[in-house]
This record gives sequence, C-alpha cells and structure tokens, in this order.
Amino acid sequence: MTLAVIIGYLLVVLVIGLFSHRFFRGTSEDFFVAARTLGPFILLISLFGANMTAFALLGSSGEAYMEGIGVFALMASSSGLVIPVVFYFIGTRIWALGKRRGYLTPVQFFRERWGSDNLGLLLFVVQVGLLIPYLLIGVMGGGSTLTQVTGGQVPDWVGGLVISAVVLTYVTYGGMRGTVWVNVFQTVILLALGFIAFWVIIDKLGGLSAAMARLAETHPDMLVRGDHIKPLQLLTYTCIPLSVGMFPHMFIHWLTAKNAASFRPVIAFYPVCIAIVWVPSVLLGVLAHLDFPGLNAGAAGSVLVKMISLHAPGLLAGLLAAGVFAAIMNSFDSQVHAVGTMFTQDIVRHYGFHDRMGEKTQILVGRLFMVGILIATYVLSRFVDRSIFKLGVWCFTGFAALFPVVVAAVFWKRSTKWGAFASTVSVIVLWIWFVSQGWKTGSTTIGESGVMPVAVMLLVSTAAMIVGSLATRPPEAATLDKFFPKAER
Amino acid sequence: MKRSVRTGLLYLALVALYLLHNDLWLWNDPGLVLGLPAGLAYHVGFCIATSIVLTLLVLHAWPSHLDREAGTTREETR
Repeated sequence: MTLAVIIGYLLVVLVIGLFSHRFFRGTSEDFFVAARTLGPFILLISLFGANMTAFALLGSSGEAYMEGIGVFALMASSSGLVIPVVFYFIGTRIWALGKRRGYLTPVQFFRERWGSDNLGLLLFVVQVGLLIPYLLIGVMGGGSTLTQVTGGQVPDWVGGLVISAVVLTYVTYGGMRGTVWVNVFQTVILLALGFIAFWVIIDKLGGLSAAMARLAETHPDMLVRGDHIKPLQLLTYTCIPLSVGMFPHMFIHWLTAKNAASFRPVIAFYPVCIAIVWVPSVLLGVLAHLDFPGLNAGAAGSVLVKMISLHAPGLLAGLLAAGVFAAIMNSFDSQVHAVGTMFTQDIVRHYGFHDRMGEKTQILVGRLFMVGILIATYVLSRFVDRSIFKLGVWCFTGFAALFPVVVAAVFWKRSTKWGAFASTVSVIVLWIWFVSQGWKTGSTTIGESGVMPVAVMLLVSTAAMIVGSLATRPPEAATLDKFFPKAER
Repeated sequence: MKRSVRTGLLYLALVALYLLHNDLWLWNDPGLVLGLPAGLAYHVGFCIATSIVLTLLVLHAWPSHLDREAGTTREETR
C-alpha cells in the first residue's frame, strides 16, 4: 500500500511537470524564469515550497525530540519574521532590476552592478559550492526515507535514483514553469499532509491535552527551552534566515514574478505558512517521547516516520512519504534548475559566447547542464559519507554571512567591487575556520556560549564591505544611473 | 497620517517584533495555553502578529515605484 501511494504520487508529479510544457513559449526567458509571469498565489506557494526542505518535516521533528519546543522559536518563528522582511526590502527590488535589465541569475546582477567579471566568477564559485551539499542531501535523504517508510523493501540507492529521474524529467522538459507547477502541487500536499498526520496521531494518543499532560509528567523539560537552548543562541540564530537573500534558487524565483505586487501575499502570509508546517512537526517530535523514549540523535531524525508507522501504517505512511518527497523535491528541483541556469548563463554564455547566444542554444545548454548536474549528484551521493548532512547546516551560515553583499548592491551607492570582494573573501576564510572548528568539537555555537558563528561572520563581512568600499574609488555615475533611477537618488 | 510617518511606524513595529521574538520571560514556563506549551503558543501568536504587521506593511508602505521602474524599456545590454 505504502509503495503504491508513493508510485501514484510520483506519477502525478510527472504528469503535472510534463503538462506544463504545453505552455512553453520556446524562449530562454521562459525556460529559465517562466517568462516573468507568476502571479501572487503561485509565487507565494512556489517561493515557500522552494525554501522548505525535508528538514521542515523530518529534521524539525527530530530536533524537537532532542531539544524540545524551543526549536520552533529558534528555527521557525525567526524565519517567519526575517524571510518575508528580506522579500520586502530585497526581493522586490531584485525583481524590478531583473525585469528592467533582463537578469536571469544573481551573478549577472552582481557582475554588472560592480563592473567586475572576477567578482562575478568568485560569487559563482561560492554560491554553487555552498549549494552542492544541499543537492547531495536531497538525493541521499530521498533514498533513506523511501527505505524507512517501506520497511527496507526498497534499497537506499533506488529512492535516490527515482527522485533524480523524476526531477530530471520535469525540470529539463518544463524548465522553470514545470518546476513551479510541480512546486505548487507539492507544497499543497506538504501543508495538507502535515495536518493530516498530526490529527491522526494526536487522536491515537488520546487528544492533545491528554498527550501534553502525560508528557508534562514524564518529560517536563521538553515543554520549556530550559538548558536546551541558550538566550544568545535564540538571538543570534535570527541571522540564519538572512541566507534567503543569497540563495541562488530564491533569487531566480524572485525574477519569475509578474509584477512587484505579486510579492504582497508572499510577504503577508509567509509567517502563517511557516507555522502551519512547523507546529505539527515540532509537537509530534516532542510527543514522540511517549512512544519512543531514549532515542539518540541519529535515530531521532526519523522519529516522525516511527510515529507514523506505529500509529497509522499503510495509507497514511504512504501519504507521509509522499509529503517528505514533496519537501525534498520542492527545494531539490529549484536548486538543480538554479545551478543549471547559472552554468549556462554565467559560464557558457558569458565566457564561451561573449553574451551572444541564440535562444534555442541557451535552452539546450541549460537542459544538458541540468541533466549533467543530476547525474553527477546521484553518482556522488553513492560515494559521499553521510557526515555531509552536518555540512548542510553550515551552508546556511555561509549564505547568510554573504547577506551584506546583496544589501550593498541594492541600497548602497558608494559600495564598490573591492568592498564586495573583501566581504566575500572574509566569509570564505571565516566559514572554513568555523566549519573546521565545529567539525572537531561538534558544536554549532562559539565556545558553547550560544553565539552562532553566523553573527560574527555577518559583522566581519559587513565591516569588510564598508572599509573595502570607502578605501577605494567611488563607482562611476554611469553605473549608478543604471541601478539607481534618478527619482530615487 | 502622512505616508512617511505610516512607513516609519511600520518599520518600528518590525523592530519591536524582532525584540519580542526573544521571550526570555517564558523560558522556563511549563504552563499550557490553549493546549500548547506556553513557549510554543507564544511563538504561534508571534507568527500571526508578524503576519498582521506585514499585511499592514504591504498595504500602507508598499514601494509602488518599483513597478514603474521595472516597466521602463529594458536596456539591451547583452
């Protein structure tokens, strides 16, 4: 039954992705940014879906199992505030610049904003480099989830292969439109299944009040933050969601909007969407102590699957697996599309064709790169150690620490390419240092103080941007005219 | 009320929300509110409050100049 539900779900995803091709206009702008036509509802669902990884379902419940209800404040409500604020101040302006100047990737924007090919190349390497662990995690997470929910019937390598094949089909055939259509379907599935799983399990546990009363007796520390989370950690963790400002796949998604007004519902409803997905996951994570006490961190990662298997096997287990696949593929497809778009536009088109490349050639090269990236990711996932999952957390830190680059590009007329270079290099150096330290100690905060490394990296990269810019020659008026319309100056 | 004042007040509301996110006073509160642990119920309410402030922001402090700017003819630079 479980396997039948999953196969049925994947077939529906394929059909939606392939059907979207009927609306394909045959232009590179359509293939890479859906011809900038997405309206408010589609933009809300697709942006939310692209930013929700499998972590929102499986990881959050596992974290809540280990750390208690404080995980919601730490990771969810902070994102509910910071991410839409970034959309409001940065996303809308990037969309306007992208539409006016025809950008398809973040590197095109940064390269032209500061008139530097080398800076564009550096940012390309950093952004793609930080995205690779996510691609691997998507394939590996899909494989292990399928194995778990089918009780070992389906081997690990099959799940990863299936995810890669399905995503390859609709991303390369449907381009951004296919990706967005599937994202919308999958996000609705994700939101609905989170609620369904929650109510079925809570019902089996005798209702929310009864379950909470039992948990208060046996594991009272799960209902408070206590020593699980430090106040400084809560404060500095709010820097992490700034990563959304430098994620290439989010940047490219911003460019798909039909108009600035399309961002309005995205900004207004994003916090509620976050709560809808995270509250059930966090509650099920802490309540899992009633049925599965004493799990270690590794086993806690699949605690939601264990709860489903215990309380609602069969159909619901299949639906949950579909929800997890939805979460994985939602972000995975956008990331594959983004990396393929960047290789096509920022490397092949810019360096190979000196920005003169036919529409059909761009689409063909984009498709080839997307296929190549998926094959390479799948093959790599068969050899890479599972400790790469730990690196995923650090990648958020890297993207977030680059936030001053996009802020300066959009708002600070006096910023220069040297400031951007200094800021980016500071992030690279500090990221390598903090990751190597964190890898040794296993800690994600500085000296167990609660201060997240991202806060320090942000301060340093901001200082580097300011000092590097002020110490060098101001940008030319002609450049400023392109990016800051006179009405605004 | 002038638009600039409204915008300023809404930006201040965002800063206030950021500060209110750090609910130190509920850190060790084991009580239940509407069936949820107090620390979780507070942050669910926080998400709803954030949504309300952001709704006001997009209604009363929207950067309407962006659509005009984006509507200008795209410069064929490539």
